[in-house]
Amino acid sequence: MADLAAPAQLSPDDPRSAYMALVRRRRMYSGLTLLIFAVLFVGGFMVADARNAGGFWDGWHNMLDFPADVAEEAWAQRAEMPSLLWRYLPALIETLNIAALATLIGFFGGMALSLVSTRGLAPWPRLIPVFRRIMDILRAFPEIVVALVLIFMLGSGPVPAMIAIALHTAGALGKLYSEVNENADLKPVEGLHSVGARWGQRMAFGVIPQVAPNYLSYGLLRFEINIRASAILGFVGAGGIGYELRNSMTFGQGKFDEAAAIFLLLFLTIVAVDQLSSVWRNRLTYGTGVAG
Amino acid sequence: MTDATADAPIDRRRAEAVARIGARRRFALAIPAAILAYLVYVFFAFDIPGLAERVRLDNAATLVADSYSHKVHVTRDNRSGEVTVAKEGERRATYPQELEPDWVARGDTVRVELEDGHAVILGAENTATYLHPEFGPIEAQASRAGGVQIDIAEADLPDWISYSSSRLDIRTDAGRLTMTRSRTEVHRYFFGWELFWFTLDSPYYNRSLTEIAFGEQLDPARPNLVGAWQDFWNNGIWRHGDVAWAMAETILMAFLGTFGAAMVALPLAFIAAKNFTPLRLVRGVARRVFDFLRGVDALIWTIVLSRAFGPGPLTGALAILFTDTGSFGKIFSEALENVDGKQIEGVASTGARPVQRYRFGVLPQVMPVLLSQVLYFFESNTRSATVIGAITGGGIGLLITQAIITQKDWEEVTYYIILIVVTVMLMDWLSGVLRRRLIKGDGG
Repeated sequence: MADLAAPAQLSPDDPRSAYMALVRRRRMYSGLTLLIFAVLFVGGFMVADARNAGGFWDGWHNMLDFPADVAEEAWAQRAEMPSLLWRYLPALIETLNIAALATLIGFFGGMALSLVSTRGLAPWPRLIPVFRRIMDILRAFPEIVVALVLIFMLGSGPVPAMIAIALHTAGALGKLYSEVNENADLKPVEGLHSVGARWGQRMAFGVIPQVAPNYLSYGLLRFEINIRASAILGFVGAGGIGYELRNSMTFGQGKFDEAAAIFLLLFLTIVAVDQLSSVWRNRLTYGTGVAG
Repeated sequence: MTDATADAPIDRRRAEAVARIGARRRFALAIPAAILAYLVYVFFAFDIPGLAERVRLDNAATLVADSYSHKVHVTRDNRSGEVTVAKEGERRATYPQELEPDWVARGDTVRVELEDGHAVILGAENTATYLHPEFGPIEAQASRAGGVQIDIAEADLPDWISYSSSRLDIRTDAGRLTMTRSRTEVHRYFFGWELFWFTLDSPYYNRSLTEIAFGEQLDPARPNLVGAWQDFWNNGIWRHGDVAWAMAETILMAFLGTFGAAMVALPLAFIAAKNFTPLRLVRGVARRVFDFLRGVDALIWTIVLSRAFGPGPLTGALAILFTDTGSFGKIFSEALENVDGKQIEGVASTGARPVQRYRFGVLPQVMPVLLSQVLYFFESNTRSATVIGAITGGGIGLLITQAIITQKDWEEVTYYIILIVVTVMLMDWLSGVLRRRLIKGDGG
């Protein structure tokens, strides 16, 4: 231990042993970190396994039972499938609308929050920490909590879910956008300032054109995330395809063909949006002449 | 392109420029117009006009009032005539006679002092008198035959009294009196959460911290600090112990799910990366696996897994693991495709075997990026675990949805929300600190 603690007196005649000591110490530290992590992970797993209703080792062979049931029933009723898909399309559109509107509102909210909380751009620099904390809090609230509380006040429907997701999106995008803003070139802003442009004008003509591709790219990514969130919120009572899914799940056997149709719709939508948004985002980041 | 335009006559170039600017202006106008049209569509699709009717402002008022204050019920059973004083009207929070607050005076009649000089007297024969300093006394009586009767003509009733023969409800800022055939109830409101530290049956109830820490021993069986901790932890109303466990379960779900996913995704990412797997077919299979895992949303994974494993933290952890393996696989394989080949060559030139090449040539390059992504996900999964817990039935997500669905314990909902928000912000901070250290390259 003593030679590990004192590599400073690296005897110039023996640099090799000093180096080896350094390496050994570093290995010991990373080994220790790894050991702590492994203990935490295994211990955590055992606790989780003990507190779960069904055990980890017994559950695996049940894992395929439910998908098999669903697939079997859907296959038996396969003639009905197109009409079922058609029937749930409006619910899917509602889910998409919740996500789209929430992304739109969150986009503008996040833009405003990011501009007032970026050093160099903020109109009131003293208030930057305040706006940052507001964004932290908006992000920290799980959507489900906001949605459930709003359902209690506004009645069930798409609006509570939309507000919940929009608030979260504003916080999340605000943080990402303020990181983008920090890299923006301030010269156009200064130029506009010198000709007497107001703050709003400086932002609209000096900053936004620079950051718009990044903004849009993050916004698209968020839209993808929000579709998932809106489906989940539907499951806890906010309307849309998640709500239909819960209904067909509570019916259980006999309605699994409906569950299968919903699974299919949801899966296809998510994959489609995922692919489309990644194509668009690539175009936005690598540019095909659309840049302002 | 520039050569061609330079040769063209100046008028034509001007016309072209004007046309281009015009097109761009029209395009710039088209976006707000499209957004506006969409908003109009959604306005009707979401039935916003009908929302105004569905809004329950009284619900909102209860919620806000409940989240920072509590009420004490003085209840008389109109059949037996027995009067009890209980916080929030809960049986487990009923005051024993000797601990009853001094604003309830028992005698032949029971006099309940409310705020601002208001008072209620619960008299003989199931009568109750609300003494309003400005309006004057209001007398009411409940009887089995006649229901609830009141001494004011119905036409003269102010709007803070709602009355029918089956129920009387007087609400003022000072308190509330309700009377039905079977019971008479007086509510008085207080600031703060009730019995947050100790319940009424604990010897430490209503004692200050210094009294507990330095005062005489309150419970002969236990030292003060130990006893106080036990009574706090096992508080029957707030259930601090269970809540702490639920919060820990939620964090555990996020921890196991995120890091488990990272461990599964890392080897798979090598298979999906172009520069490590030359076989297009194998690569394609790995990528499709990632797409599938991500495409089957966390919601579906949660439902499928909870069928197999039942409710609990393990199910939640596995749901996170399945979804995030897809995301990590994609991110990791992209990072692996960007590694610098020279470093690997260098390691290979010393005669390293493939595993050693990966360990010393590849991992040191990508580790900071990968770990910082994992930490980022860990933080956001703490929040997702709440939602997943609400669906599978585990952790704080279950507690909070239950509390919201009962629609009365809003102070508990507030408590859980504060806990979740504080935990998520802590995770955010922690993962930020770790990520900054990783990127700066502290050792590595």
